[in-house]
Amino acid sequence: MNRRGKFLLGGGVIVAALAYMIYAGVSQSVVYFVTPSELRAQPVAGKAYRLGGMVQPGSLKWEPRSLDLSFTLSDGKAAVPVRHKGTPPDLFAEGRGAVVEGTWTSDGYFKASLIMAKHSEEYKAPQGAESQAGYKELLRTLKGQPGNP
Amino acid sequence: MTPEIGYALTAVALALALYGAGAAAIGARRGHPALIQSSQHAALGVFVLIAAAMLLLVYAFLTFDFSVRYVAMNTNRGTPFYYRITALWGALEGSIILWSWMLSLYTLLVILRYRTRQPEFYPWVLSVMLGILAFFLLVMTIPAPPFQRLTPIPPDGRGLNPLLEDTGMITHPVALYLGFTGFTVPFAFAMAALITGRIGDEWLTATRRWTIVAWYFLSLGLLIGGWWSYHVLGWGGYWAWDPVENAAFMPWLTGTAFLHSVMIQERRRILKLWNLTLIILTFGLTIFGTFLTRSGILSSVHSFTQGAIGAFFLGFIALVLLGAFGLVAARGDRLKAQGELDSILSRESAFLLNNLFLVAAAFTVFFGTVFPLLSEAVRGVKVSVGAPFFNLVNIPIFLALIFLMGVGPLIAWRRASRENLRRNFLWPVAVGVAAAAVFRLLGVANALALLCFGLVVFVTATILMDFYRATRAKLLSGERLLPAMGGLVIRQNRRYGGFVVHLGILVIALGVFGSNAWSIQTETTLGRGEAFQIGGYHVRFDGLAASEESNHFKVTGTFTVANNGHRLAVMYPAKKFYPQEQTPIAYVDYLMGLREDLYLVLGDFARDGSQATIKVQVNRMVTLIWIGGLILTLGAALAVLPDRKKA
Repeated sequence: MNRRGKFLLGGGVIVAALAYMIYAGVSQSVVYFVTPSELRAQPVAGKAYRLGGMVQPGSLKWEPRSLDLSFTLSDGKAAVPVRHKGTPPDLFAEGRGAVVEGTWTSDGYFKASLIMAKHSEEYKAPQGAESQAGYKELLRTLKGQPGNP
Repeated sequence: MTPEIGYALTAVALALALYGAGAAAIGARRGHPALIQSSQHAALGVFVLIAAAMLLLVYAFLTFDFSVRYVAMNTNRGTPFYYRITALWGALEGSIILWSWMLSLYTLLVILRYRTRQPEFYPWVLSVMLGILAFFLLVMTIPAPPFQRLTPIPPDGRGLNPLLEDTGMITHPVALYLGFTGFTVPFAFAMAALITGRIGDEWLTATRRWTIVAWYFLSLGLLIGGWWSYHVLGWGGYWAWDPVENAAFMPWLTGTAFLHSVMIQERRRILKLWNLTLIILTFGLTIFGTFLTRSGILSSVHSFTQGAIGAFFLGFIALVLLGAFGLVAARGDRLKAQGELDSILSRESAFLLNNLFLVAAAFTVFFGTVFPLLSEAVRGVKVSVGAPFFNLVNIPIFLALIFLMGVGPLIAWRRASRENLRRNFLWPVAVGVAAAAVFRLLGVANALALLCFGLVVFVTATILMDFYRATRAKLLSGERLLPAMGGLVIRQNRRYGGFVVHLGILVIALGVFGSNAWSIQTETTLGRGEAFQIGGYHVRFDGLAASEESNHFKVTGTFTVANNGHRLAVMYPAKKFYPQEQTPIAYVDYLMGLREDLYLVLGDFARDGSQATIKVQVNRMVTLIWIGGLILTLGAALAVLPDRKKA
């Protein structure tokens, strides 16, 4: 084989290896975006999903000591029970939108490794009277606590 | 009146930039020095006008002029003084002003340096740079005007995004934009070379140092971004393969490839087409990054049609790529290589491989970033590939690049003989393998970390050996040690500057692989007075306190940290509540160390202060990344010194 051929062959092998790595990388780490009804229609255990819905009122349970968090995500048509180990993010609350990433388990619940609360895009008037009062209350309750510098 | 005056300034600047671009081109074509001179004046005018617009906006920020929409959106009466100045680049519209101002500054510097030196190229360089500047000014007048009147004038503004109230966020965009805009200079020279048909090495030698400057600022921008992410965002990492990060990383990868491949063209007269392609891609990617992060296309393919900005950038990218590659095609006959590759075992092919891997890395990052868009557009299925994809594909590529970093600078040109290989690589390979073995015996079990360590030691050994040999040669010719070493570094500043940059990258690589292999984290809830152990640290929760700051409320936790019975520190991780934000902002507290950082993030807490949940991380070797950044800065400064060899 001539020199040019060797270089082309070497380059070809490298490019093929890269293409395979990309293919393998995608198939191993692809995450599907689904709604609760889509997940309920075709749940595949072990497959990675990103599930978006609303936290159903009355379903949220958070145990700070064990860090066990459980709630139900719903899209109005179907509901999916979700379990997670860790602190719920700020803004995360019943009746609000949330997106969770994780896998469906054969035990019939969604095991979330990541929880994201949905921001609402609406413009919020600064210095809202309600939040202001909330902070003042916090200042008051924490006053005189040990650790207060 | 401020919004109207500001808008008028940008509109006049746009007209001047368009005029200047045209005048320089016509002047160059017809040989009218007067027109070129006039174009220079136009460029100066553009610079002054943009500077005036920028100062006007800063003034509006300082005086809380909420009749300017951008000011009202990005500041409020509580925003501290310094952040009112830096709020200028806190969002898209102001960033574009800063970007254009930097570009006009680079244009002025090019004028000052080349107006008498490169009579053939120079007018075209000027024309291309002013043309690009005109695009950004167009963005400032139509889809994203920083000066827009807000009626009625609100009593107070919305406030700056609290995450941006940080020194990292002040400097990160500045460095990044200096890098992005800096690549316009080599790009404009490449276009000038294509237009004039003088596709020799002139455009490369003229822009070598500009490219280093741009590359350095882009590197610095990325590093500061990582630093900011690490100490502000509170997730304990410095890089998340987020599309915004990827957008800046792609031009860095192709820019790094360009920086290396120009050396091959200078020496061997090959890779001409490749170098042009690389600089076009790099410049295109700097624009693409802004498109990607600012058009809203990332949240969904469909959201991008909502704003005009996406269409503007996409149109401009299409124009740049079509125009640039059209020119390349038209000049195809002049791009023939004047040499050829002789052997796979040669410096040329080591550099070629380095380029192949860097471009491959850029492609995988590109692919992973746009894959969700492609999937949604083509198959209608929304998917994403996250950090696992990028890590899986890029780790082998980066390891290969580190290996080549050791091989490239030492292997012989054209064809490496067995003797050359033995002389240059026998010892470094032996030292690298031995180091890996020692680390293994010391208990390092992580295979990737071992491989990385071995490679880093190998590359360091090649650099030290090279320096040792050169110094010894000087000593044998009668020089004394320190003058010999200093003379080498100064006289061959380009080579040794490059080596120092390589050392910086090696230290960063150690930090990246080490922190990924050995960092540990846990999340736990503690009652007041309760403690727990992690990685040898004893962390006790002492209580919570609340305070009212100038523009937010703050809840601060007090934690006492001890190590082996010694009290180390009292740490105060906090949560900041900004009235204009829906979510509180974490305020991370950490103990930074060379070996490891202890990193505390306050999570949920009981309102009476009796209990708090915290996330604690022991992040290992992260500090090496910042140290590597400092070494890289030294190396880049050395490499950018004027070449001494010619003098």
